Amino acid sequence: MKTNLIRIGAALGAVLIAAPALAQDLTFWSWRQEDRAAYEQFIDTFEAANPGITVKFETFEAANYNTILSTALAGGVGPDVMMVRAYGGLENVASAGYLEPLTTESVPALAEFAAPAVAAESMRSDGTIYAVPFASQTQLVIYNKAIFDANGLAEPQSWDELVTASQTLKDAGVIPFANGTATAWQNETVTFGLGSSLMGKAFYDELMAGTADFTDARFTDALAAVNEVAQDYFPDGFIGLDYPSAQQLFSSGMAGMFIGGSYEMATFKAQNPDIELGVFAAPGKTAEDAKLVGLYFDGGYAANAAGANKEASIKFLNYLASKEFGQAFANTLSNISTIPGVSFDNPLLAEVNELNKSSIPYLMLAHFRYGEPSGSVLIQSEMQKLFAGETTPEAIGEALTTGLAAWYAPFQK
Amino acid sequence: MPHLRMTGRGLWITALIVPPLAFVAVFIVYPIFSAFAYAFFDWQGLRRGEFVGFDNFFTVLFVEPYRSWTINAFSHNIVVFFALMVLQNGLGFILAYALWRELPGARFHRIAVFLPVVLSTIIVAYLFKLFLHPLFGVVNVSLKGIGLGWLAQPWLGQSDTALWSLIAAQSWHMVGFPTLVFLAGMQRIPGEILDAVRMETESEWVKISKVVWPLVAPSATIVFTLLFVGAFNWFELPYIMAGLDGSPFGSTDVLGLYFYRTAFGNVSSGQQDFGLGSALAVLIFVFIAVIAGIITVRLRAREIQL
Repeated sequence: MKTNLIRIGAALGAVLIAAPALAQDLTFWSWRQEDRAAYEQFIDTFEAANPGITVKFETFEAANYNTILSTALAGGVGPDVMMVRAYGGLENVASAGYLEPLTTESVPALAEFAAPAVAAESMRSDGTIYAVPFASQTQLVIYNKAIFDANGLAEPQSWDELVTASQTLKDAGVIPFANGTATAWQNETVTFGLGSSLMGKAFYDELMAGTADFTDARFTDALAAVNEVAQDYFPDGFIGLDYPSAQQLFSSGMAGMFIGGSYEMATFKAQNPDIELGVFAAPGKTAEDAKLVGLYFDGGYAANAAGANKEASIKFLNYLASKEFGQAFANTLSNISTIPGVSFDNPLLAEVNELNKSSIPYLMLAHFRYGEPSGSVLIQSEMQKLFAGETTPEAIGEALTTGLAAWYAPFQK
Repeated sequence: MPHLRMTGRGLWITALIVPPLAFVAVFIVYPIFSAFAYAFFDWQGLRRGEFVGFDNFFTVLFVEPYRSWTINAFSHNIVVFFALMVLQNGLGFILAYALWRELPGARFHRIAVFLPVVLSTIIVAYLFKLFLHPLFGVVNVSLKGIGLGWLAQPWLGQSDTALWSLIAAQSWHMVGFPTLVFLAGMQRIPGEILDAVRMETESEWVKISKVVWPLVAPSATIVFTLLFVGAFNWFELPYIMAGLDGSPFGSTDVLGLYFYRTAFGNVSSGQQDFGLGSALAVLIFVFIAVIAGIITVRLRAREIQL
């Protein structure tokens, strides 16, 4: 009797110890609740090709995702595979050592990715890659094709044409731009969605090289031009208009244009399935100036450094870096996949992808969100002041440069 | 101390007391003490670094940009406290007096005044956001409708109207609470005293200032203290109406938002730093505890026992 009990106990113990190794159950965390159905589908494809590995998709509220994730990882109950943010948001999690470093050996496909995409998911200090980048977003101008056609307008090629087109819409009783700036982060979107071409690639390169700062006339003149357009062609009282209301103004057809990210297109289509959208990069001063969009990377897929099923996790990451997945991702989620060689059946996505070839990074997110005060915090509040008439573009250039000097070495002179 | 035998009654009492005590210890006392401890460490995201003593406190109080953020948020809390003292507690007292005097329709008004208190803050905040919408909001539309279009404003987008819009929403929401507490206090005033007053004077003002106000002192202690704690912990309404950044450009920033942003970061702009966040939380906690203690002691002293 006693020996039997011991035998049963031993057998149970062995099963309990061996079970995790046999089953290979992966948990996969995300903040994209709205993409659940699509991800279940991707996971099915992966599971069919990799018998013995199962993946469980779990989602958390987007605004608090980083907090929830880092708390779970710190407590040792984090997921095996997870979506992580890019740039400063990635460093928050990665610097604590919770993420498995990736190499072109463990995930060979990474070698083919565009350098800025990989950089967005790497530590700046040593260039270690921590995640497979999944999507890029583009800051540009989205317009309502029916409204443009009815008013005989074409995509503007120069700043003057943009102003003329706006005036035509205003005269016709249509709000030219739907944007409002009461929601802080919209100020950053408006500034770089509209102003990137005016700032220009040369300014960006010099800024990165440390030979220019934000007091540069190319930057401050762009802010002044953005402010003029906002005062004349944004809705009445736009400084008190919040983000959801601005979206509604555009999708309901009350406004002709919306300065925003490529992620807005899906929202507009959902709010008004009949709306016909077009996109263009906000023009520079003249038609000859390069038209630049603001480009950034959204986030990536990472593996838990302390995960029990690391081998399976890496296998799953390899799938998430494959062209097969990228194609499915672009087709089902209407997002610009960062995976090289993916094609887009959605003509709008194809156009955005084309525009991305002439871009500068979405400035503050890509380079100035690594310390406090972040460039985003500064530009958002300073632009709100400019729109309210409480500061000047030159003063903003000064405020940004001195503010960032608190932690950004090239500005510490 | 009398020895409580672990039988019958003693056991029964223990069984009733231990679970809630454990609950309070784990979910209230422990988090407060751990926040105290967190404030003394350096943090890399959510990983605890080395012990840094009072560095975090020093940073939030004296190092830019935190110093001006702290002063900005704190000064708004002070404005909110005094504004609500007048708009919420002052108006509450007047409303309570009117209800107590049984003016016509008192029954209906008693419910009407208290009804908003029952609504959730989220509902009230969204409602006011809609009221104050620059294009379709009922405030601007009505102003334009009666020919006062020049008064129509982007209320939540201007630094000089944004905070006051939030204060207005807050006082509309909560004015019923001090009203109810004051009304209860007034109803406890014995009839003999009121009869005696009526023999002496007809003046409502004398009645209020010399009799009613001193006799509702216990109610005042309660609503003043609660308002103080509420004003310095203010979070939900500004969070929903103005966002985590205290839009526009920090005009509606208060300590609650500032603490949250610092400790947990902000998706669109900020980093998370638990050390600085905890230091702020500790400072807010100590400030509220000390001042609320003083207020309570001072106000208690002027209460009259009937």
